[in-house]
Amino acid sequence: MAETTFIPFEKVKTVRDTPLEEMYTSGHRTCQGCESAMVMRHFSKAAGPRTIATGSTGCMYVANTSYMTTPWIIPWMHTQLGAGGSSAVGTSAALRALMRKGKIAEEKINVIAFCGDLGGGDMGLSGISAALQTDYDLLIILYDNESAANTDIQATGMTTYGAQTTFTPPGTKHRIMQHRWKKNVAPMLAVGHPTCRYVATASATYPPLDFHNKVRKALSIGGPTFIHTFDPCPKGWDYHPQYSREIGELGIKSGIFPLYEIIDGTVSYSYDARKRARTPVREYLVKQGRFAHIIDEDIDYIQSMVDSMWNEWEIPGVAPFKGGLEPAKN
Amino acid sequence: MALAQEIQVWDREELLTGCQAVAQAVRLADVDVISAYPIRPYTEVMDSLSKIIADGQLDAEYIIADSEHSQFEIAKHASAVGARSFAGSSGTGWMYGFEALVVAATDRLPVLFLVGNRALDDPGAFGVEHNDALAIRDMGWLIMWATTAQEALEHVLIGYRIAEDKRVRMPMALAMDGAFLTHSQHMVKLPTGDAVRRYLPPYDLGERRLHPDNPISIAPQVNEDWVMELRRQNWEAARRAKQVIAEAYQEFNGIFGPRYAAPYFTEYLTDDADTVLVGMGTVAMPARTAARRLRDQGHKVGYVNLRWFRPFPSEELRACLERFKAVGVIDRDFAHGSPDSGGVLLHEIRSCLYPLRERPAVRNFITGLGGRDISIGDCSRMFEIAMRARDGDTADELVTWIGVRE
Repeated sequence: MAETTFIPFEKVKTVRDTPLEEMYTSGHRTCQGCESAMVMRHFSKAAGPRTIATGSTGCMYVANTSYMTTPWIIPWMHTQLGAGGSSAVGTSAALRALMRKGKIAEEKINVIAFCGDLGGGDMGLSGISAALQTDYDLLIILYDNESAANTDIQATGMTTYGAQTTFTPPGTKHRIMQHRWKKNVAPMLAVGHPTCRYVATASATYPPLDFHNKVRKALSIGGPTFIHTFDPCPKGWDYHPQYSREIGELGIKSGIFPLYEIIDGTVSYSYDARKRARTPVREYLVKQGRFAHIIDEDIDYIQSMVDSMWNEWEIPGVAPFKGGLEPAKN
Repeated sequence: MALAQEIQVWDREELLTGCQAVAQAVRLADVDVISAYPIRPYTEVMDSLSKIIADGQLDAEYIIADSEHSQFEIAKHASAVGARSFAGSSGTGWMYGFEALVVAATDRLPVLFLVGNRALDDPGAFGVEHNDALAIRDMGWLIMWATTAQEALEHVLIGYRIAEDKRVRMPMALAMDGAFLTHSQHMVKLPTGDAVRRYLPPYDLGERRLHPDNPISIAPQVNEDWVMELRRQNWEAARRAKQVIAEAYQEFNGIFGPRYAAPYFTEYLTDDADTVLVGMGTVAMPARTAARRLRDQGHKVGYVNLRWFRPFPSEELRACLERFKAVGVIDRDFAHGSPDSGGVLLHEIRSCLYPLRERPAVRNFITGLGGRDISIGDCSRMFEIAMRARDGDTADELVTWIGVRE
């Protein structure tokens, strides 16, 4: 693997080095064990007070920001479900115009937009794509808890194959209603936007500080950047809230959610699931009630897909091209 | 008038289309953020603005969005940070961004969007129809129709001034008829930068500006606890807008000369009229010509050109129309399934006239849909039907489609 581009940023090495100040505090009413709330806490902690955040409709809107009890210390504004990308562009463009024209003081202000898997991975994909084509400094965080988690746990394009949701209940005729394979969003954005310098995947709590440092790195490199986080959800995935971090860790160690950074087109693994023995996906799946209805055959299929991802893909865990480059046969 | 003598108010006169005139006004208003997406016919304003920016005549961020939804969201969020923002669309594109139009109003963000009126798909039609702009009529927008390129240019300045006023802070839709105004050329007088700066104060969102120095949370979830009070605040703003509109025109006339006799509508040959037509947009031209010709034949007819649709000038229009025996309402739109199957403007005007003890007779005309030309002859026919209503003749239906193959 080639050397990645050097990004000047202050890496936080231990938990004690993280800022004490919380930018996301009391006032929200997220569930016990909510990993998406940890994404909120850590992105805002990593970015600090000179930040403007926008949040798309989703559980991190509805559960976070009840009128007059906002948890946000930083300025925050709601944006529409599919407007994660465009809210960041509008905010950044305004800051740039107002600073250039001397209407507000010149300084670096971070612009961070967050959206869920329904808002970012499905509806808002086009807007995020357009945002990543701009030259504005902005970070888009897609917090992925694999369902419309506030609306009643409905399947999205990023829900794991086979999972039970309110839109994909197992029935007497069809055992599996979620027959879509999870959309590969972060690499799609990296491949499609050659001038976007930083795309990463992350988990808020595993490995510790990994996400915190990825946010700092994204904000330091500048331009439009994107981070996709993997957020176990006790309510949607049906497990006891005390296991959120453990399930996240299992997802990464089983290789079902690859962890990496793509910096200036170079992939570096934050957890290399090729080199280390992958935990069988069964261990990850059986801990969640949303997979209670699936049978060995389904688990074997999911395992084979994960194995193919790491053993056969041209860029393992990232890009689903196989078999090298061949001349045209006909 | 005093000011007009103090500083030079008018710069030069140019042959411009409606869209180009609006682009010049956006330049003069020193807009900070512009978001573009192509759709006919409004799009020419963005063609013009891109060149104005490329030539360094305006310092603004110019963003080519991926859809109207993104376009409007970009402008909305830029406005929340304190940037004067401009966008626009037409027909089905306007509808694609509808969600963003709704929140721009509920967030009380004073963006100004151009609507180059266009018929809604399907089937495809580039021509004018007012249903696109009218779709936001209940959403908390200021909505007005321009009749000439000059009026469109001036209402970008008047519009920002009203929309951005602290008492109002509502988004502003400047509508103009596709092709007939967006693309027809007029001699347009351009005001000087000095005069515009005198008229239009800088955009200041004050305590509602989104910035780390003012770390507020905008638009959290409210549910039944507060949404009713917030709706009420939106309405109070619209109510206050009436006073702000009056001031904005008074000041405009003061600086640029007596341009507007009244803000909401313009009357033509109405002094001794017994029958008038009321309409919005470029239909004013054939309607006024038809009125003149009928006057030559001795008929007491006139025309009322309604400029502002939101806030709807109920008291003013009621006082105006009360004077006539018959009112013919021209709708370049259709309200499917509505009471008596008429147009949107019919319902607004009938409702406005209802409190009168003695109401004028009302007739409604659905015409010019999809960009079909409304001729002087068509307008004469509308006058004739309205005059029959004046005479108590009940042979005609309430609603007549004019210029349709049946």
